[in-house]
Amino acid sequence: MMRNLVPILTVVATLFVLWYSAAIALNAPWARDQAARAGQELGFSALVAETWSQDKPKLPAPHQVAAEIWKTTGAMVLAGRGFSKRSLFYHSWITFSATALGFVLGTALGVSLAIGIVYNRTMDMSVMPWVIASQTIPILAIAPMIIVVLNAVGISGLLPKAMISMYLSFFPVVVGMVKGLRSPGAMQVDQMRTWNASPAQTFWRLRLPSSMPYLFTSLKIGMAASLVGAIVGELPTGAVAGLGARLLAGSYYGQTIQIWSALIMAATLAAALVGIIGLVQRITLKRMGMS
Amino acid sequence: MGWLVFGAVVWAAGWWINSRLSHRPKTRLTSLLVPVIFGLTLVVIWESLVRGLDISPILLPPPTAIAATFAKSTDILWQDFVQTALKGALSGYVIGCGAAFLIAVAIDRFPFLQRGLLPVGNFVAALPIIGMAPILVMWFGFDWQSKAAVVVVMVFFPMLVNTVQGLQDTDAMQRDLMRTYAAGYWKTLLKLRLPAAMPFIFNGLKIATTLALIGAIVAEFFGSPIKGMGFRISTSVGQLALDLVWAEIVVAAIVGSGFYGAMALIEKAVTFWHPSQRGRT
Repeated sequence: MMRNLVPILTVVATLFVLWYSAAIALNAPWARDQAARAGQELGFSALVAETWSQDKPKLPAPHQVAAEIWKTTGAMVLAGRGFSKRSLFYHSWITFSATALGFVLGTALGVSLAIGIVYNRTMDMSVMPWVIASQTIPILAIAPMIIVVLNAVGISGLLPKAMISMYLSFFPVVVGMVKGLRSPGAMQVDQMRTWNASPAQTFWRLRLPSSMPYLFTSLKIGMAASLVGAIVGELPTGAVAGLGARLLAGSYYGQTIQIWSALIMAATLAAALVGIIGLVQRITLKRMGMS
Repeated sequence: MGWLVFGAVVWAAGWWINSRLSHRPKTRLTSLLVPVIFGLTLVVIWESLVRGLDISPILLPPPTAIAATFAKSTDILWQDFVQTALKGALSGYVIGCGAAFLIAVAIDRFPFLQRGLLPVGNFVAALPIIGMAPILVMWFGFDWQSKAAVVVVMVFFPMLVNTVQGLQDTDAMQRDLMRTYAAGYWKTLLKLRLPAAMPFIFNGLKIATTLALIGAIVAEFFGSPIKGMGFRISTSVGQLALDLVWAEIVVAAIVGSGFYGAMALIEKAVTFWHPSQRGRT
């Protein structure tokens, strides 16, 4: 871990340097234009200062984004309005609830499909190819339609977004669980048979435990996919709340700083959610004696 | 009511045929036939449910109506296909995967960069990169260039991570053998490490196909000229012309599966030696 720390920090630092210099390059034309109109000549240091502090820059500098995030999270909590509609916590919560619901539904669907596929030969041959084919279809593209249609039937709010998340997250779970449930070797299955174990016992005592490492790996992928689904699900309906809605509103009004802060917030949310699953994975596998 | 009974009968018949077929020894024909029958029964059930339950075509058009719209508006669909799939997705795919591949080979020479970039790349690959779409549309304008840019950003990291992992997939014994042959860096790279990396590279390429199409379509929600699949979907939803939307989805499905299938075929030709490809008929 320590061995990797220095290289990682170097890479991250390089990214920041690149970001700052890109901000200068991208925002310079506007800054020069403004200066020319005011009849001024910009020196290099003045140019840099100007490019890093515009109101609607093409690329906001990291400290501007950080300031915006602080303004819409920490500062609002301090002011006692942590869940007002301007707070990013509020929007993250909206997105998170859709993500979590979709993730739970998707995992349930994925696990039950996987059990069916492993135990039923007909299902294995007819459903499995379609599960794979379903992911080559760019499902996100029909996200707007699903939402509009469900709205028309009177289902609105959380569920339509969660359906999209579910569709995106069930696939990694199916594939991982099928692999996991089939991972016990013939020797182990035979051993269960010599113990006169019923199919249910074989499932609970052998197949399910040995599928755990596979399950957690797929859960991480599924969670990330689920968040993407929830964000995209918020785009088309002109949703008023959620990180996706913040992105859309920001792009309508050219509020780049707002877009970037929503983006960073989404990234943090993704990292936190995947991190939590990783933690559960470590604890579970350790108690099962598998890690 | 008649339609519902019909649907149930077709479902039962399809399932019966499939369960008979799947309990026979597996051949190439049955492993193709079973999923096809399953898909067909699903379509028939869809049709009979829509007709039997009198679902409004605005909510869910029956497959026959979608097929009719598809046949009627092929010119629009073709124009959208060229705009989104060829100009946006394909060019972005080629640029993104190419750049990621080259950078991965470069990184591979420096263990320091490898240790630094790989965790960062893994982290970024899990992020909702699609959120970059509005920013890139702002930078590159409404036409296909911005869509290609979104695709580049989306496919870059999965491809990078896979290629770097693949290049490490040789063991010390194999590398030592190359050394005893007096093979230099480039020779080792070309003859040993790149071929060994191919399964990983193709894994990345296959993941990237779906991402490319999604990226190009979603980027059009943030602004596009008056053609393109994403544009057509979002405006037709507004006009409640759902049959056109579904026709557009059929196009997307065909393009997506075709793209993926093409990659899988190339993979089969390139990595014929790999255990996962051997032993399959």
